[in-house]
Amino acid sequence: MNAMNPEGYVTADGRKIGGVLMEMKNITLRFGGVKAITDISFDIREGEIRAIIGPNGAGKSSMLNVISGFYVPQEGEVWFHGKKRAPMKPYQVAQQGIARTFQNIALFEGMSVLDNIMTGRLTLMKSGLMDQAMWWGRAQREETEHREKVEKIIDFLEIQHIRKTPVGRLPYGLKKRVELARALAAEPKLLLLDEPMAGMNVEEKEDMCRFILDVNDEFGTTITLIEHDMGVVMDLSDRVVVMDYGKKIGDGPPDEVRSNPDVINAYLGVSHD
Amino acid sequence: MFYREAGDFKTSYVDDSQTFPIRFDRMRYYAVLVLGFGILPFVMNDYWANAVFVPFLIYAIAAIGLNILTGYCGQVSLGTGGFMAVGAYACYKLMTAFPWMPMPVNVLLAGLVTAGVGVLFGLPSLRIKGFYLAVATLAAQFFLVWLFNKVPWFYNYSASGQITAPERTLLGVAVTGASTPAWAKYLFCAVFLFALAWLARNLTRGTVGRKWMAIRDMDIAAEIIGVNPLTTKLSAFAVSSFYIGIAGALFFAVYLGAAEVGEAFGIQKSFLILFMVIIGGLGSIFGSFAGAAFLVLLPVLLKNLLVGGLGWPTDLAAHIELMIVGALIIVFLILEPHGLAQLWRVAKEKLRLWPFPH
Repeated sequence: MNAMNPEGYVTADGRKIGGVLMEMKNITLRFGGVKAITDISFDIREGEIRAIIGPNGAGKSSMLNVISGFYVPQEGEVWFHGKKRAPMKPYQVAQQGIARTFQNIALFEGMSVLDNIMTGRLTLMKSGLMDQAMWWGRAQREETEHREKVEKIIDFLEIQHIRKTPVGRLPYGLKKRVELARALAAEPKLLLLDEPMAGMNVEEKEDMCRFILDVNDEFGTTITLIEHDMGVVMDLSDRVVVMDYGKKIGDGPPDEVRSNPDVINAYLGVSHD
Repeated sequence: MFYREAGDFKTSYVDDSQTFPIRFDRMRYYAVLVLGFGILPFVMNDYWANAVFVPFLIYAIAAIGLNILTGYCGQVSLGTGGFMAVGAYACYKLMTAFPWMPMPVNVLLAGLVTAGVGVLFGLPSLRIKGFYLAVATLAAQFFLVWLFNKVPWFYNYSASGQITAPERTLLGVAVTGASTPAWAKYLFCAVFLFALAWLARNLTRGTVGRKWMAIRDMDIAAEIIGVNPLTTKLSAFAVSSFYIGIAGALFFAVYLGAAEVGEAFGIQKSFLILFMVIIGGLGSIFGSFAGAAFLVLLPVLLKNLLVGGLGWPTDLAAHIELMIVGALIIVFLILEPHGLAQLWRVAKEKLRLWPFPH
């Protein structure tokens, strides 16, 4: 296997990975005098499950925030679909086909599960204020079309029974799943998951793993995830970026990363003798 | 026992997303329409129109407007009175400048003018939130009232500083001016309320409404899923001000007939409509109706009870009335912070199982 081949590569389980979808080139992000990310470069291939791992405070979430447009890096370039991306607002990034979930759930608590997932399709819905006000005709037709797509995702994630429940009333594990559903509803090219399994029990983690693999398999969505559970990361991902103190200390397939001495040092500490 | 969805199967997404999914609710809705448009206009008299129905209809329009901004989009506004004044003065200027223009057009244009002013004063909402935005809209309230007092052009240089609605007819019947029949006032406002409530329901059920609610519930997450905060907040200000402007135009032209800006559209009006929205229920069209009805009817009811029923002196009754209304508002907010609309939802939940709760 050669991960550097520009046309892509084939994974151990026989999935074909395409060319480069997103490339980060020499990203540096500073908050005042604090360097959160120092000169990091890596790429994300089409169809790949890419993990970013590292100890607390390594800059993983900052990296995800750079990709989704929350932070604008002081140095470096973000390339998406072979084009350099100008600094843009988060909603413009979303319109380009990048969806994400949050570490602390960011759902709309006052709305039902169905409405929450429908908001995921806002970038795909075109009818304007006047159409909406009249409702009959274009707006209603569009609503129905998108409702069908959303119902498919609801089936896929097995949340039919809570469709009309306000999100505020749901338990934590289901909220995580609804958040994934909302991100999927946007039909993203790149899906960013910030600790999708944080705070879950073993069973919920297994469910979530299954969903992530299924999403990748059925929709061909490229996924980038941050996760602390090493077992999960090593099982799920095709390639792993390891960060520590804002620097990249490892990059490659799980097996390679696992045996990298720098990575072992960062996670387990180093003996000074 | 009639109120349940059992046996009422939905076979399409259109059916599933209708406004009144339960048959009994639909029937009740049609019954209210028949009552409102088929019966009430024929039995309307001056007392009922001026004391109850016309103010209720106009305040309901204003409450829906504020509810769109505050209840759906989460932007607190204390400028409602000022925006109503914009609607009223725009309507007055249009009525006097173009005497041939039909009255509904005047009212709609007044709404559009207010929408523009609302967008202008909504611009700070992009930078500030919550209480700070409330203070910024308070500035709009005081500025607008001051403007309409100080610039004589707005009241056509009249000696009293008041604006007075000239008589305008629609299909041969006066709808403004002193000789307007009670039923015409009522019907004119009722048609506006019905159309505007219908539009508001449509706006809040689809894409636009979801954008507003997304901004209300979590603006950062809204932005990350592709909601442009600038256009979304400003569209809420525009639509909300459109409604409030129409309410202001009707309040001046149809209900009052003559108005002085500080008295008719002062800060009290802003608070009154905010109370209607809070008591009725934030983020609910029905709540806007309920809140307006509550705050219009309660004083009338208390006055009839205390003066008419118990024979108390009028001044004493007026003061007791203020105390009772105030106390009721507080009691209400403690017992049901989500307003009358929530109370109504709970009642409907219970009704579905009644009379066999097991």
